[in-house]
Amino acid sequence: MPQKKISIRIDGELVTALEGQTILQAAQEAGKAIPTLCYLEGLSPAGACRICMVEVAGTERLLPACTTPVQEGLAVTTVSARLTQYRRMTVELLLIERNHVCSVCVSNGHCELQAMATSLGITNTRYWYDFPTLPVDMTHERFVLDHNRCILCTRCVRACAELEGANVWDVGGRGIHTRVTSDLAQPWGESPTCTSCGKCVQACPTGALAEKGAAVEEMTKRTDRLTRLAGSKRAQP
Amino acid sequence: MKRITIDPVSRIEGHAKITIDLDADGRVASSQLHITQVRGFEKFVEGRPFYEMPGITARICGICPVSHLLASAKACDQIIAVNIPPAAKLLRMLLHYAQTVQSHALSFFYLSSPDILLGMDSDPAKRNVIGVIEKHPELARLGIELRKFGLTIIEGLAQERVHPSWVVPGGVATPMAAQLRDKTLAELPTAIAGTERTIRLFKSTFESLKEEIDHFGTKPTMYAGLVDDDGNLDLYDGRLRFVDAVGDVVEAGIAADRYAACIAEATLPHSYLKAPYYRPAGPVEGVYRVGPLGRINAIDQYGTPMADAEMIEFHERFGRPAHSSFLYHYARLIELLHALERIGNLLNEPMILDTHVRATAGVNAPEGVGMIEAPRGVLIHHYKVDEHGAMTWANLIVATGHNNFAIGNGITEVAEHFVDGNHLSEGMLNRLSALVRAYDPCFSCSTHASGQIEMKVELRDVRGEVVDEIESR
Ligand code: SF4
Ligand code: FES
Repeated sequence: MPQKKISIRIDGELVTALEGQTILQAAQEAGKAIPTLCYLEGLSPAGACRICMVEVAGTERLLPACTTPVQEGLAVTTVSARLTQYRRMTVELLLIERNHVCSVCVSNGHCELQAMATSLGITNTRYWYDFPTLPVDMTHERFVLDHNRCILCTRCVRACAELEGANVWDVGGRGIHTRVTSDLAQPWGESPTCTSCGKCVQACPTGALAEKGAAVEEMTKRTDRLTRLAGSKRAQP
Repeated sequence: MKRITIDPVSRIEGHAKITIDLDADGRVASSQLHITQVRGFEKFVEGRPFYEMPGITARICGICPVSHLLASAKACDQIIAVNIPPAAKLLRMLLHYAQTVQSHALSFFYLSSPDILLGMDSDPAKRNVIGVIEKHPELARLGIELRKFGLTIIEGLAQERVHPSWVVPGGVATPMAAQLRDKTLAELPTAIAGTERTIRLFKSTFESLKEEIDHFGTKPTMYAGLVDDDGNLDLYDGRLRFVDAVGDVVEAGIAADRYAACIAEATLPHSYLKAPYYRPAGPVEGVYRVGPLGRINAIDQYGTPMADAEMIEFHERFGRPAHSSFLYHYARLIELLHALERIGNLLNEPMILDTHVRATAGVNAPEGVGMIEAPRGVLIHHYKVDEHGAMTWANLIVATGHNNFAIGNGITEVAEHFVDGNHLSEGMLNRLSALVRAYDPCFSCSTHASGQIEMKVELRDVRGEVVDEIESR
């Protein structure tokens, strides 16, 4: 059944969207860029990072563009001083929560978090660094998980579940103690479900998941492949 | 007791303080170099993947990141237990000689030449690199060119000037482009000719600097440097040789993984920097020096003709071993020449453009030691890892550390000769700073190439009250 067409306004401009689309999808089709971190095209949206927040007429609350469905007559603002302020704050909080030391990171120069901070003009953080003591799981033969660089976007969790069907990754703990975990919180190298496909590594926006042996700046991710894979899966009957 | 404090020592890379304690008659009682760099480094790498160490350790120092990168990668090579491809070794050596050129050029032309060429007692306002540019414009230009020559090679190889992450466990990341080789070969003769001219000019200053040479940290010590099987200087891959204070070889050349048999480390009360000594001789007799002077006294020869000819003249003039710390400058210039000669040899190696430059392997050994000659002296990285490759332990012995004891002794000696408790003259103060500077120490990571003198001297009486004070800038 063809999807119903509806009209919404994005930054004052009238655009046509399809019912069931999210604000993010509608905006992207209309050529409007909304910054995102936890969203990865092809995976289900999670609304985990709160970078994609937009203003919607009629409500004071900011809403995440990646999970909010469009409605007839919706008027969305994607750029404003208030939004920039919130987005900056959100990224700063991500930066202080773990130990993101770009200069020695395998993903330096290819990191979505770093790129986001740069594009938002973040040169320092206005909050104290937390400097947590976090482990690095090196038990897997080919890959490494460094909790110091994880932003809990859950892209690895979704890539593993939705594209590989292995369900290795999950999120455990609460609040500041939240961590991604493999299987029953056992070392990754001992996971009975991991197929070593590496999709989680490719999905990860930072250097948290990386190939073993990658030197500083050497880790580049191919998220486009995951998106293509997801597309071809959907096309299958 | 009166105490003279010089803080900070100007024109060295980092922050240090000298105190000289005088007795009631105004004579030097003792002296101490305080190094306040905090070194929590060995601790915070625990748990990190070992293969990140080259990138991490290169961030220790903004002046010689390449030295740490190489020492670290060599330690990692041992952990993965591979012989790196021949081209990778040549390229690492080329990188190393290039950084030696740029580092020595920085030390001599920017930081030390004002004292040497303009005189210790010249107007402090002009005794800096700007003063050198005024009086010896050609030389100043040469300094800039030599530094650029070294940096261009580093940049060309590593595609990043300041913190190249091009050296990796098992080799290097990318092969060398033929253009870079050809360009460098074309520029080499000019660099060599300029260095020769500088050495000639330097030698012409010996007469006027006699007092400095004679009283400049001349206390005999042992010396150490890395040599190949034939006793040639081997900056990248040599074995560690020790000679005693009369120049006799006491340790012909031990492999990196046995360094602990020869080197013990003492902790000093006023410094965070550990002070190594030659273990068999103990902390007093076992004080040794590293760096250009350590090397020229420890090696049989450099192994390149021009530097070897200069080395013969060096020892004819000043004996073997030559003890004056002032001669660090001389040895540094000869080494600059040697590094340029070696660059020429390396670039003519047919294998240098080979594209197989990286070996890969997992964790095959529980520990590894990497040892190289950094521009300032022997640098050792020692790592231990668990079965998955997570760091469990690290020890770093840095060049300035080796010289720690000797620098302290040198200060006392200079102070005894130049310091008179009743008179604080700028020239005397600068000699103390210059002594430390001769070692080209790198206490932390900031450069003071401007040559600005920021010295504060306090003369304090027995109760610690300031009775005299001068400040210079
Ligand atoms: S490991 Fe990477 S992909 Fe997984 S939650 Fe953390 S940042 Fe996201
Ligand atoms: S991209 Fe929408 S919440 Fe992360």
